Amino acid sequence: MDEITSVFVTESREQLAAMESALLELENSPDDADILGAIFRAAHTIKGGAGVIECNFLVAFTHVVESALDKLRNGEINANADLVALLLACSDHMGNLIGVLESGAEAPDAELQGEGDALLARLQRDWLNAGGADAATHPAAPAADAVLSSGGGVVETDCWHISLRFGPDVLRGGMDPLSFLRYLGSLGSIERLETIADAMPAADEMDPEACYLGFEISFASSADKAAIERVFDFVRDECTLHILPPRSKLADYMQLVMALPEDSMRLGEILVRIGALTQAELEEGLATQNAAALLPPDEDEDSALAAPPPQLGEILVEQKVVQPELVEAAVVKQKQVSDKKAAEARLIRIPADKLDRLIDLVGELVIAGASVNLLASRAGQADLTEATSIVSRLVESIRDSALQLRMVQIGETFNRFNRVVRDVSRELGKDIELVISGGETELDKSVVEKIGDPLMHLVRNAIDHGIEPPEVRAEHGKDPRGRLELNAFHDSGSIVIEIVDDGAGLNRDKITRKAVERGIIAAGQTLSDNEIYGLIFEAGFSTAEQVSNLSGRGVGMDVVKRNIQSLRGRVEVDSKVGEGTRFSIRLPLTLAIIDGFLVGAGEASYVVPLDMVVECMELQDQPRDRNYLNLRGEVLPFIRLRELFELPGARPKRENVVVVKAAGQKAGIVVDQLLGEFQTVIKPLGHLFRNLRGIGGSTILGSGEVALILDVQALAQLAARGEDHAHDTAHGR
Amino acid sequence: MTDKARTSSQRLAIVEDMTIYNAAAQKSSLIEALGACDELELDLSAVAEIDTAGFQLLVLLKREALRRGKQARIVAHSAAVRELVDFYNMAAEFGDPMLIPAQEAR
Repeated sequence: MDEITSVFVTESREQLAAMESALLELENSPDDADILGAIFRAAHTIKGGAGVIECNFLVAFTHVVESALDKLRNGEINANADLVALLLACSDHMGNLIGVLESGAEAPDAELQGEGDALLARLQRDWLNAGGADAATHPAAPAADAVLSSGGGVVETDCWHISLRFGPDVLRGGMDPLSFLRYLGSLGSIERLETIADAMPAADEMDPEACYLGFEISFASSADKAAIERVFDFVRDECTLHILPPRSKLADYMQLVMALPEDSMRLGEILVRIGALTQAELEEGLATQNAAALLPPDEDEDSALAAPPPQLGEILVEQKVVQPELVEAAVVKQKQVSDKKAAEARLIRIPADKLDRLIDLVGELVIAGASVNLLASRAGQADLTEATSIVSRLVESIRDSALQLRMVQIGETFNRFNRVVRDVSRELGKDIELVISGGETELDKSVVEKIGDPLMHLVRNAIDHGIEPPEVRAEHGKDPRGRLELNAFHDSGSIVIEIVDDGAGLNRDKITRKAVERGIIAAGQTLSDNEIYGLIFEAGFSTAEQVSNLSGRGVGMDVVKRNIQSLRGRVEVDSKVGEGTRFSIRLPLTLAIIDGFLVGAGEASYVVPLDMVVECMELQDQPRDRNYLNLRGEVLPFIRLRELFELPGARPKRENVVVVKAAGQKAGIVVDQLLGEFQTVIKPLGHLFRNLRGIGGSTILGSGEVALILDVQALAQLAARGEDHAHDTAHGR
Repeated sequence: MTDKARTSSQRLAIVEDMTIYNAAAQKSSLIEALGACDELELDLSAVAEIDTAGFQLLVLLKREALRRGKQARIVAHSAAVRELVDFYNMAAEFGDPMLIPAQEAR
């Protein structure tokens, strides 16, 4: 796939997503002109782009969709649930067609083609033909009824005159004037074309990647002006475009000649050459123009030529070529297009692997920096230490900015669920409202990509099992309309994503029964609520009495848990019978680098993620067999690293406690020494150690030694459990 | 730069695509080649792909030749080059040493 195609595919997918979300909004407010406009623009942009890359099957399909949207926008037909559903299906189909393009196939296979034809047939039958005027079936379809030509009617043999000057950045932007002109050719026939390269400077200054070309084109077509303009939508703000309709007044040609950057005489000659003007007309025109320009304005106020040249739009309205509303619409649209382009210009697309490489390098820089710091502090030279501290501050900033590059908002992922919730709830005959909050919360791109599937599963589960059918809800005195919330927020160095439903809640007894049945727990075993709810993440566990095609086959929840764990995250579930269920997914913000707090125990060093450290203190003489202490009147369970990792050697005289907080739980970690803050690149542990509890990864110290990164959450749980049960289980399992 | 005493001719064959990706390198090699001789014969028969950036180089070369009083001729076109030059309606201009009439005004 070449570069333009891949850019087109990416952008079209974005457009499709925008179109889909606008369609969903349309369901709630069918008459909102802004939404209608947004949908139309999305479809239109996709069609335009598809035309440029000559993807005909996509153009053909999108064109009909666009016609329907146009009618919708003009109020000829009104949106209802059926039409929205049909248009959603069409947008899905467009997505499939883009997939075909992406796969490099020439055309969609028979099945997909049939699907598309069926959709188009429905659109045609139910909406386009019903709407009154006959349906447009070809991009060049005339819209002659919308415009009055100055001559009183469109004369087919006359030609449009198109004057184009491309901006210097067009080529660099991956757009070739050639593609636009070829696409223009598909709307009619290019009778004559003159290439103008006057803008090209001498060889020394000529930038081979800039575009210097302009074109004067004589174009025969029955397409309307808007259709011709649309050809150039993609370069609209990077090119100067003048379109003169057939049979324009001589004066308008003169206006054009004056508006263009090149010499009037030369342009005149070109116009004559391409047959837009005759030699006599040209001479007459230039003469009038010159004469008029010489007259003082107060003597000839009515002369349009003496007044400052009117805008092209005014000229067109003046001669009734287009209606004023059309011009206005075009202006608004141009502005929107240029706003969008401006926003795009601030974004740079770069391949993810380049970014990963940068992050890797920054990681190495962090390690190397730590080594320099160590050497500097050993050397004991004040100025050297000062210099290295500046360097490490800079490295820190670089690290933060580099990681920031990878951060994306989770909102986009959330918004995908609007459609899922709509479709699935319809299918199940439920009425469910999706409430999204915290969409602006940022997290690492790689995490966002991998969290989609688990989220999807949890959302579907909530709709399928969680929220009851409306009649059941009504019986229980609840609002028949169910409510599903997706929420995200930052919490001490992690991001928390919540999926909350107000459904029936988890059924303790049913889960216990099922777990006993499956041999996951022994009968009569007493478990806490949390432990019971945790059972739903066991493999092969499903309490759904009816297996639907959405969920209930008992595959999934264990996969959800595994996926989340592979991101160093965890998922918790909390539920109240009759009130609903809350799934909380807790994920680290990034997978690469953390700020760590270095501690020592025995011979080795360990790293605690800094944002989890609450405070440090000295361990006052504690009885050996206790593993909790009194922290300002609060019971703080703790674990000793020496015991946990069975480190040899005697305990030092003084021990320190690092108080950490993870997932709302506080715990103490008893270590020998506190060594201070330390930037850490997380190196994952090999597969061999995957079942190791309490260790999250490893890192390399400035001295070249390896330090283990403690998994604080696991340790905190371990400490809490050690306190709950007898202390002999505190060594972990 | 124009050295009227020398009357050398040189043939340059371009074998890569004349697209924007190669435009910068090709620009310098074309201008260099033109600087080193009085008559440059350009063999484009192996150019499989040409885009607007490549086309602009041809325009530039023709104009430079004209400016320096030299000759730059395309002696062989590949199908892609021919098609593009035709589409841009420049076949006549390229064949004509008086490339752009209004240029005299400058």
